[in-house]
Amino acid sequence: MADKNVRYLNPINIDTQKEKYCRFKVKGIKYIDYKDPDFLLMLCNEQGKILPRRLTGTSLKYQRKVGQAIKKARHLALLPYVADNLR
Amino acid sequence: MNRYETVFIMTPVLSAEQVAETVEKFRAFLKEHGAAIVHEEAWGLRKLAYPIQKKSTGFYQLLEFEADPSVILPFETEFRRDERIIRFLSTRMDKHHVAYAESRRNKSSNAAAAEPEAQA
Repeated sequence: MADKNVRYLNPINIDTQKEKYCRFKVKGIKYIDYKDPDFLLMLCNEQGKILPRRLTGTSLKYQRKVGQAIKKARHLALLPYVADNLR
Repeated sequence: MNRYETVFIMTPVLSAEQVAETVEKFRAFLKEHGAAIVHEEAWGLRKLAYPIQKKSTGFYQLLEFEADPSVILPFETEFRRDERIIRFLSTRMDKHHVAYAESRRNKSSNAAAAEPEAQA
């Protein structure tokens, strides 16, 4: 019964992750440009792969558009298909 | 009539005149088929993210135009036949894309207008 008397100075933050949000919904971006490789690079990992929704917090609607934009950019050689140390 | 956007890459072996000539050819093709060119942009010689046909650079050109959907197929055939073109991509623009393209144009024209003032 001693456990009940244990108090913490600060609430322990286990499993309290920062709330994720969809950057496109928040900023009101309706169209994702495939001609802007610098922006699309934020949504890629360093191998040039598309980052999953669970990491970026993008909503499904915009994740589909991100995928399309990155694939178009790859076709036009604005982004690599495979890379190492992209960032 | 739909709004389309085409980006194509020309080989880096061309001279500036030949690049202009190639672009003019496709512009003429569009006009011949009753398309109205809304905007064009030459990005110049750019490095490619990966080699295409053993070339690591290319001249990028963007054309934005309004055309009938039936024009696109012969237009793309023209790209495939032309050996100066190493890559091309045509997309139909939805309303968000059109709005984005217009705001982008305004931004770049404002920046171009502001620059001479800053220098003066």
